[in-house]
Amino acid sequence: MKILVLAEINNGELAEDQTSKTVSAAATLGKVDVLCASNQCSDASTNIAKMENVENVLVLENELFAQSLAESYSETLIDTLKSYSHVFAPSSSFGKNILPRIGGMLDVMVISDVSKVISEDTFERPVYAGNAIQTVQSIDKLKLISVRTSNYSAVPSTGSANIKKIDCKGNNSLTTFVENKMQTSDRPELTSAKVVVSGGRGVGSKENFEIIEGLADKLGAAVGASRAAVDSGFAPNDWQVGQTGKVVAPDLYVAVGISGAIQHLAGMKDSKVIVAINKDEEAPIFQVADFGLVDDLFKAVPEIEKKI
Amino acid sequence: MKILVPVKRVLDYNVKARVKADGSGIDLANVKMSMNPFDEIALEEAIRIKEKGNAEEIIAVSIGVQQNQETLRTALAMGADRAILVVATDDVHNDIEPLTVANILASIALKEGPSLILCGKQAIDNDFNATAQMLSAKLKWSQATFASEIDVKEDILRVTREVDGGLQTIDAKMPAVVSVDLRLNEPRYASLPNIMKAKRKPLEEVNPADLGVEITQRLKVIKTKEPDSREAGLILENIDQLVEKIQENVGG
Ligand SMILES: Cc1cc2nc3c(=O)[nH]c(=O)nc-3n(C[C@H](O)[C@H](O)[C@H](O)COP(=O)(O)OP(=O)(O)OC[C@H]3O[C@@H](n4cnc5c(N)ncnc54)[C@H](O)[C@@H]3O)c2cc1C
Repeated sequence: MKILVLAEINNGELAEDQTSKTVSAAATLGKVDVLCASNQCSDASTNIAKMENVENVLVLENELFAQSLAESYSETLIDTLKSYSHVFAPSSSFGKNILPRIGGMLDVMVISDVSKVISEDTFERPVYAGNAIQTVQSIDKLKLISVRTSNYSAVPSTGSANIKKIDCKGNNSLTTFVENKMQTSDRPELTSAKVVVSGGRGVGSKENFEIIEGLADKLGAAVGASRAAVDSGFAPNDWQVGQTGKVVAPDLYVAVGISGAIQHLAGMKDSKVIVAINKDEEAPIFQVADFGLVDDLFKAVPEIEKKI
Repeated sequence: MKILVPVKRVLDYNVKARVKADGSGIDLANVKMSMNPFDEIALEEAIRIKEKGNAEEIIAVSIGVQQNQETLRTALAMGADRAILVVATDDVHNDIEPLTVANILASIALKEGPSLILCGKQAIDNDFNATAQMLSAKLKWSQATFASEIDVKEDILRVTREVDGGLQTIDAKMPAVVSVDLRLNEPRYASLPNIMKAKRKPLEEVNPADLGVEITQRLKVIKTKEPDSREAGLILENIDQLVEKIQENVGG
């Protein structure tokens, strides 16, 4: 067994939480190597080298990898992969974009969204928006695994791995990067925050969403949203929580004006404590909430913010 | 150009999946099945591209059981020009893996020569999020996943992608495989006259063997179980109680 983890690095910046939790999942099988491919690798590789259970950090620095475009990244990887039996990546938009492409190139079925590594060939993963958990066994020689990072804790920074530069050819004549419109925020990252406050269609408008953001800031929380809130333009796409958005498992999840559709629950029902505020006492969100308040959010949320 | 749109027949998104008592899978007997919502969005986009004069023909493909015909008739009623049904199994519980689906679609693509394949980003049953990427690799075509905007500019597609940090725009050379996300468009409903017309549109049936593809299963499903369930908790009387609970759980 030889295990490789793909570090998620966006334009030189390490997605530390995602990468560390992926290392944590992979390390249930043994020590791991981590591939650090980006345009700038020095900060990222230093951080990765400290992650426990990492043996080698393979550094591949090239402008080509700045945006982790699928074609260049996977082509490069094919070379590096040959000696590995397992390749793990976070089940983020980075991992979901790249791993299946590698699978297609090598005729290997990808094992997406793994919530538990059981053994070297057996894994658990949620299906049907988390309404069922499947145990699957892979017969492929190479295992390509994307990890549902909300199920794992980050590894401690007590390691001291070797950093090795590697060289690979890579090119991409198929796609070119045009621009990024990334959200910047001083708030904690949605997928790693200890507290998340989310708003739904009930919030009513983009302006009203400030009520949600106000409470979030008071609690030092990240802000989330339902699909309906994102579709209606109240909130940006990267705030969407759910089956097809982000999966979160904070200590505390506060759902405001969200009905609790299965697709939304899929993204937050592993939270430790769920609080729901909804004016409809029949709303399905109350069936999963630990604490519920049946009230108008426009009255309740500002008052809660004031009292905390 | 031609556009190929694969459409999957899945448990309707409004129906709660029930795990079979023997743990062998999800019960799909006598439940409402529909087109995968993401595939509807892909098909809608193909129709809009054609309506703008940027495509001549839309071919819908479905892979699975004989009943997938219904899904293809829906696709034809929405606006696909013709359909191909690949009968890959006779048991609706036998989910064809994305890798095999990609092999089948690649074979059809080589025969039909589309410039664009528009896929849903994931099927809401197995939630793999893999077919488009695998297909694009098999064909060695450009790949643009999670699209929320597609602009056709001669032989290049400008695609805006929904990524974790926000939005990313890339140019993809055609032929390309694109997977679509929720915010790309809102699919239309088929009108009654179009449903009638769809009955006369061509629907061809083929077998995987005709396409030179073997149905394999690389992931053996050993067990399917219910997730840990959550109990409904307390409905609180007033805001002060809620403030207390929030403060207790925010931690240090
Ligand atoms: C393929 C597919 C994928 C999907 N993926 C996702 C996903 O990833 N994430 C997701 O969230 N959804 C997803 N959905 C959508 C999902 O099915 C629901 O439509 C959506 O979650 C509903 O959002 P909502 O709860 O904000 O809106 P609604 O269901 O409209 O609920 C609004 C709630 O607000 C309450 N409310 C209104 N006004 C007030 C007020 N003044 N005070 C208090 N409460 C109030 C109402 O009582 C109601 O319960 C998906 C759907 C499909 C088909």
